[in-house]
Amino acid sequence: MKLYTRRRIVNAMNLSISVAATVFGLFWLVWLLWTLFDNGLHWLRLDVFTKMTPPPGSKGGLWNAIAGSMILTGVATLIGTPLGVLAATYLAEFGRYSRIASVVRFVNDVLLSAPSIIIGVFIYEMVVVTTGHFSGWAGSLALALIMIPVVVRTTEDMMRLVPDTLREAAAALGAPRWKVISTVVYRASLTGILTGVLLAVARISGETAPLLFTALNNQFWSTNMSSPMPNLPVVIFQFAMSPYEDWHHLAWAGALLITLSVLIMNIVARTVLRPRRREK
Amino acid sequence: MSSTEGTLPFQLTTGAETPRAAAGKKEYIVPPAAVIGTEEPASLIDIPNPKIVIRDLSFYYGKYRALEAINMQIAEKQVTAFIGPSGCGKSTLLRGFNRIYELYPDQRATGQILLDGVNVLEKRQDLNLLRAKIGMVFQKPTPFPMSIYDNVAFGIRLYEKLSRAEMADRVEWALSKAALWNEVKDKLKQSGARLSGGQQQRLCIARAIAVKPEVLLLDEPASALDPISTAHIEALIDELKSDYTIVIVTHNMQQAARVSDYTAFMYLGRMVEFGDTNTIFTNPRRKETEDYITGRYG
Repeated sequence: MKLYTRRRIVNAMNLSISVAATVFGLFWLVWLLWTLFDNGLHWLRLDVFTKMTPPPGSKGGLWNAIAGSMILTGVATLIGTPLGVLAATYLAEFGRYSRIASVVRFVNDVLLSAPSIIIGVFIYEMVVVTTGHFSGWAGSLALALIMIPVVVRTTEDMMRLVPDTLREAAAALGAPRWKVISTVVYRASLTGILTGVLLAVARISGETAPLLFTALNNQFWSTNMSSPMPNLPVVIFQFAMSPYEDWHHLAWAGALLITLSVLIMNIVARTVLRPRRREK
Repeated sequence: MSSTEGTLPFQLTTGAETPRAAAGKKEYIVPPAAVIGTEEPASLIDIPNPKIVIRDLSFYYGKYRALEAINMQIAEKQVTAFIGPSGCGKSTLLRGFNRIYELYPDQRATGQILLDGVNVLEKRQDLNLLRAKIGMVFQKPTPFPMSIYDNVAFGIRLYEKLSRAEMADRVEWALSKAALWNEVKDKLKQSGARLSGGQQQRLCIARAIAVKPEVLLLDEPASALDPISTAHIEALIDELKSDYTIVIVTHNMQQAARVSDYTAFMYLGRMVEFGDTNTIFTNPRRKETEDYITGRYG
């Protein structure tokens, strides 16, 4: 009985410590979100979506930066998704027993946690210096490089979740390997792969450091990928550092906007895509 | 299991079967050590017009030898059952017939498996055409993540170009043959994964026969099913044997006795006895066979 009492006390203690740790973590997060909403919500007006970034003292919005961010992220996704999915296909289907694959997997895991500023500097050196100017392409490439390891990792994990018995069943019908992968394995892991891509998009949509070295920024409307592109993170960075009150307001609105879109993407990834997976 | 491992020359459950296949199988108690060492020649019978002839077949998982010099024949349009305790190599033998083991680079087979006189183990034999000729149904139902209709059409589309109407006919034919048509005819667009376990397994059988193979391999097709579904499947096997050569691996000896014409008893990677089912179950020649079928091992 004494032993049991002691166990109960230890249990209660451990439970309170873990709850305290959770509350501690959540506290800062909630505080951060609260501050963001408190300062940003008021300034998130229609102007933000219709007007260009203004000079200090005049009225304006963030429309060019929002559009630029969407283009940069979109192009990065178009580059990063096929590369990531194909690499993951190699790792999950063909490279299971090979040494090269385990090296690739290890390098990918290192890249996964590489600081994004390093990737920005890398692309700066490779693209910006060689072409002689900042450009949207360089920005998208940098974002794609950040995205690829995330897509590779989640896609490989999802494809490995597909049981081998399913591959055997398809092969036993006489289906060649590419057919097994493209019609059975991809289909069985589709929602998982989409979730991974969406989370990767969420991850890159707030990246500032790599864009600072590559796409730079643009005060005006621009859809020319060969010239500097306006984008939200760098605009927020510049406006928040400025001494002007109205720029601060726009920075708050932009920050809230990014946070909300990341939040929405996460919610979509978790709610819309998840339940369909259970059906299988 | 662990207490007896040290006294055995082989491990009974590890290695000899893929980890997936071994999971969830019933284990038998190990027989007395005295029986194991016997190297008497196997008691085999000859079959007049065999569809498949196996000569000196050995099988390796890496360095582990799971099958040792198997010789036997499979009769055309009859049911042949493989019985034996877990890890005896019966699934391994079955997986040799369509070379499905080649999905795993560390597995290989030596010897010959002659299908209509042609050695299927030869590298120049086209693997996919071979597999289209030899259908397989696995222990766990494996519906593809697509509709019931597409599940059945999957294999057909690989090798035949059928019109929409012909395809619909073929799908109906396969599903009726697998005794599933009446249950699914109103929901062919529904996902195959929504069916019950027994229905899923019959869907897999329908999928396998839809491509009109010559041989049907069944790897414990009923072991994950309840008695009613099992009865469905057994009735189906009885029905199918007029058109197909069927090989079935089973843990359930009553099932082997009920459905098969010929039975092979395997033990520790060897073929111990092969004969017509009646003889094996009523008058086995080898003591190991008798011990196993009378349940003296377990």
